[in-house]
Amino acid sequence: MAETDFLSGGLADPVMAGQSAFRAIMQAMAEPGTVHAVSDCPTPPGGLSRTMAAVATTLCDADTPIWLDPSLAGNSQVVKWLAFHTGAPVTAESGDAMFGFVSDTASMPTLDRFAQGTDAYPDRSTTLVLAVDGFDAGQLLSLAGPGIESTRRFAFAPMPETFIDQWSGNRARFPRGVDLILAGPAAVACLPRSTRITSGED
Amino acid sequence: MYVAVKGGEAAIDNAHRLLADRRRGNREVADLGLDQIMEQLSLAVDRVMSEGALYDRELAALAIKQARGDLIEAIFLARAYRTTLPRFGYTQPVDTGRMQVERRISACFKDLPGGQLLGPTFDYTHRLLDPALAGDAAPETPEVREPDTAPMMRVSDFLGQEGLLEPAPDAADKPVPDDIARNPMSYPMDRDARLQALARGDEGFLLSMGYSTQRGYARSHPFAGEIRIGEVELEIAVPELEFAAPLGRIQVTECQMVNQFQGSAKAPPQFTRGYGLVFGQAERKAMAMALVDRALRATELGEDLTAPAQDEEFVIAHSDNVQATGFVEHLKLPHYVDFQSELNLVRRMRAEAEVRDETRQEAAE
Amino acid sequence: MSITEPDQQSRRDRMAVLARAEGRQLRELWSGLGIDPAFEMVRGPETGLATVRGRISGDGAPFNFGDVTVTRASVRLQDGAIGHAYRLGRDQGAARLCAVIDALSRDAATAATIASQVVEPLRETLAARDRQRQAETAATKVDFFTLVRGED
Repeated sequence: MAETDFLSGGLADPVMAGQSAFRAIMQAMAEPGTVHAVSDCPTPPGGLSRTMAAVATTLCDADTPIWLDPSLAGNSQVVKWLAFHTGAPVTAESGDAMFGFVSDTASMPTLDRFAQGTDAYPDRSTTLVLAVDGFDAGQLLSLAGPGIESTRRFAFAPMPETFIDQWSGNRARFPRGVDLILAGPAAVACLPRSTRITSGED
Repeated sequence: MYVAVKGGEAAIDNAHRLLADRRRGNREVADLGLDQIMEQLSLAVDRVMSEGALYDRELAALAIKQARGDLIEAIFLARAYRTTLPRFGYTQPVDTGRMQVERRISACFKDLPGGQLLGPTFDYTHRLLDPALAGDAAPETPEVREPDTAPMMRVSDFLGQEGLLEPAPDAADKPVPDDIARNPMSYPMDRDARLQALARGDEGFLLSMGYSTQRGYARSHPFAGEIRIGEVELEIAVPELEFAAPLGRIQVTECQMVNQFQGSAKAPPQFTRGYGLVFGQAERKAMAMALVDRALRATELGEDLTAPAQDEEFVIAHSDNVQATGFVEHLKLPHYVDFQSELNLVRRMRAEAEVRDETRQEAAE
Repeated sequence: MSITEPDQQSRRDRMAVLARAEGRQLRELWSGLGIDPAFEMVRGPETGLATVRGRISGDGAPFNFGDVTVTRASVRLQDGAIGHAYRLGRDQGAARLCAVIDALSRDAATAATIASQVVEPLRETLAARDRQRQAETAATKVDFFTLVRGED
């Protein structure tokens, strides 16, 4: 039944699991750089991480066009799985996407290629969901801004190329700009556009 | 300005309890079943579905019962419920040409193919109250007759053949319509977005606006080209099926208004059109919607803007009775501090005015 | 494509009847079959909205004009057969049952039984209702006749 694998792996209890994942994402967004467990994840086809799948089933629906990076877009089982379990239409234009899913984080397109919103409607920007291996390795970052009392040390890996420079560009566009959800193994951390990031090793 | 004050909790609880009691009324009178509302107050159900923008007869009946028959309150309940449901997507556009017709009339052509089918209409009743209905007088079963199976051509199909009727806007020009339920409205709007707003608009408001065009405020010489009521099939494209999934049928009312048009710098003399499409059996609303749709096309057709019904922002922004009732009724909320400051201001102005008067009188003496 | 049923038209046709069937008659006919297969839910049953589109002037560009409640369900039988169902309204039990019927119909022999004992009776009920309504409507057709014809 490999042909219908994309139908499997949904959540046994979509309402409760969705609410619990939503709570984790909301808390992670409210306190940038803190790591929150997402325990009840769906089981998508290989190529899409379970945590990314949890974010997708929690936040995406028929009203949210999604963009997939080339390795996800080229995986027909992943595309079908997302279509069946979220109903979200896939767009090839990164600038039209409400959500962008990136499995190959190190070589992703630059942040300014995605929808940035407008000054009147800053919410019309892309929320990017990046696959990461974890939060205990990689370049040390220092975070500041809303949701952080003074500064917070944070790391994730892999990191997009020239990330710190790209992020200061994203900050400069405020209130426009993208927000990031970093999807690690059974956990998420977030970097909203309001967060200032500097290298933590200076 | 609003100030948080406490002390109303017990009063509010008791008011809700009292409301529940008054909604139920005298317990010796039988409770009203949703099936009774759906079957015997079906046009009220239709109105709640149309203005609630939610087709579900049972939910609309529940809303009417809960709202004690206050239809705007019921519409509010339907809209609120709607926001709790996920959206699976958009249906394929309904084909009203293949409608299972329950009523179909034209005021333009007597002998149109398929004929004039009156259906269950109030039109030829004498509007005399029927005392027999106060009891449970059983009506006669409907008369039947062998139906004509020929397809029911639209009036526009044969008027269009002569080129005297403007064509419908081409789907190729805008295959994906705007959705005001998803994106905030901004003016000017495209006609598809206006029609979505009008379809959920308040029947009374649209009726008044449509009536104003007949009385000379943006006169548009309308004829009821065709009105049809009946059931249409719905289907929705889904990723797991190779064909659009059939969903079932809903009842709609469609009105094609045909308007004489003398021509302008932008368009030759011809008949133009206004369109109305509404959930359920709602002829008055569909006709009013078509009149207002036509009036709002003034800019597109190069007509002078002279009347309220042509003012897109005025009409669309005030057509939604849930928005309107929210803003009007919010005046009931405590404005104690606002009013105190106004009171002080008026007192001060009054005192200053009195001083001025006295000074003037002294000067005169 | 993932779906391999030979005749998609007959499947669509069956789904159209099941979608319109009244819940009570559907359950009665189903229990008359005496089948009770084991299955697991792949998705749902869940209730949501579909936004209905019309066309300007009936045949022009599309516009959105309101929402309908829709309930859908997808099931998998023990032999792996998948079934889907969509229905207007909020009857989740009926949607689940329609999905099971869809999955069972992958098997040609079962499909024939279901067609004759469930789908055809439902179709006949729906058709009879349509015929009755059409006949009632036809009785309200105006038969114009000319009273006076002026001839000079």
